[in-house]
Amino acid sequence: MSIVRALKCRECGQEYPIEPTHVCEFCFGPLEVVYDYDKLQGKLTRELIASRPQTMWRYKELLPVDGDPTVGAQNGFTPLVRARNLEKALGVSELYIKNDSVCYPTLSFKDRVVSVALSKAVEFGFTTVACASTGNLAGSVAANAAAAGLASYVFIPHDLEQGKILGAGIFGTKIIGIKGAYDDVNRLCSEVAGKYGWAFVNVNVRPFYAEGSKSLGYEMMEQLGWRAPKQVVVPMASGSLCTKIDKSIKEFVKLGLIEDAGTRMFGAQATGCSPISRSVKEQTDLIHPVKADTIAKSLAIGNPADGFYANRVIRDSGGWAEDVSDAEVVAAMKLLAETEGIFTETAGGVTLGVTKKLIAQGKLNRDESIVVCVTGNGLKTQEAVLEAITPPRIIEANLKDFDQLAAADGVA
Amino acid sequence: MKLRLYLTFDESSVTKPVIWQLGRDFDIVTNIRTAEVKEHMGLVGLELEGDEATLNAGIAWLKTQGVQVEPIEQDVIEG
Ligand SMILES: Cc1ncc(COP(=O)(O)O)c(C=O)c1O
Ligand SMILES: [Zn+2]
Repeated sequence: MSIVRALKCRECGQEYPIEPTHVCEFCFGPLEVVYDYDKLQGKLTRELIASRPQTMWRYKELLPVDGDPTVGAQNGFTPLVRARNLEKALGVSELYIKNDSVCYPTLSFKDRVVSVALSKAVEFGFTTVACASTGNLAGSVAANAAAAGLASYVFIPHDLEQGKILGAGIFGTKIIGIKGAYDDVNRLCSEVAGKYGWAFVNVNVRPFYAEGSKSLGYEMMEQLGWRAPKQVVVPMASGSLCTKIDKSIKEFVKLGLIEDAGTRMFGAQATGCSPISRSVKEQTDLIHPVKADTIAKSLAIGNPADGFYANRVIRDSGGWAEDVSDAEVVAAMKLLAETEGIFTETAGGVTLGVTKKLIAQGKLNRDESIVVCVTGNGLKTQEAVLEAITPPRIIEANLKDFDQLAAADGVA
Repeated sequence: MKLRLYLTFDESSVTKPVIWQLGRDFDIVTNIRTAEVKEHMGLVGLELEGDEATLNAGIAWLKTQGVQVEPIEQDVIEG
């Protein structure tokens, strides 16, 4: 049963029917999906959810799709890991990693948003889907479109790394590399989205797309034993994920599925692209666009569409935001790998690096539960850590040589 | 054709009558839909109507005036 009511302008409150549109005709404000939660009262229970297959779609009543999903029906439901080694390393008492570095099928949380966006696109009758991306989103759109039999176009900056081009190209999508300054590329993509009859996941179907991020939050709460953590740390690019995890918690409270824990939201960015964290730290709601310069390319959005709303969610919840240098990002990627055996991409390094910093600052309470959202996989950003790992020691194939090495290691 | 854009003004451009001049010097209909002006920065949501070549010329001119021009979607490229 769908309880979707309308699309609603976040600025002026004007409501619109469910259509592939994303800005308010009156004030240009962004549109958001709103629901009639009353219709679900008492119907969506813990037992019902728990009885369903372990995918993000076990919460389908709270996602803006009519009936069952047609794209990405297997996506989501990633592990929530109690990080005991990391707890010791950081000096905190209850820490979890929500591990979307293993999200199905393309190893980032983008598979959640894309699954909703493409299912909705099919419902609207689109046969071609598109996006503009520097990596994770492109791969996810290409893969999920291929599996669903949809045609796809992905637009990328023309000088993107080989690995990212491959990670989308393998799925048989049409890849367009765009030359030009960032502003021009942006404008071209939004013009293409307006002119061609395609579902552009992060433009005309963005309100639906963005809702997919809530599933990360629902899973986190169910996996914690039907409770919300006291503190959540989230990486921010456009700022959307941060606002949607907050929304997921509020929805579960409203539906009586969990108690309100007064969860505080914490946002993480790289210092080389930190328009949102800067606004929080300066205690203003004005987001100054920046030119991004960081190894955390998946978070490099200089003029974030949801920055204002992420800022508000963070401040209203009593949380905070921070940013870390590229060196801190690499150090945090290593820390997570060495303590918990999880290889995250640079975005995860940002999130854990910021977590560490916020703990040291006393902004994150050491004695209360913390969930760190790790949203992407390290195999996609290998360049970032090439120089940080110890190369193998090469020896001849005889035991004597190994004995020598073992003696040097003190294990002989 | 119609375009919907956000113009971001910085400290030096925030006091100039740029939108008035855009409408006067180019064959473009301008329609301000939202605006927020602070001391060091201004943000205007603007609808422009004209033919494609004129719109492109108008946008190029805006950039020479120290105005940042972007689609209302803000950054369209995601990670
Ligand atoms: C790995 C990863 N984490 C986090 C984000 C942040 O997402 P949002 O734009 O919702 O803030 C992105 C996407 O841009 C991403 O690719
Ligand atoms: Zn509005």
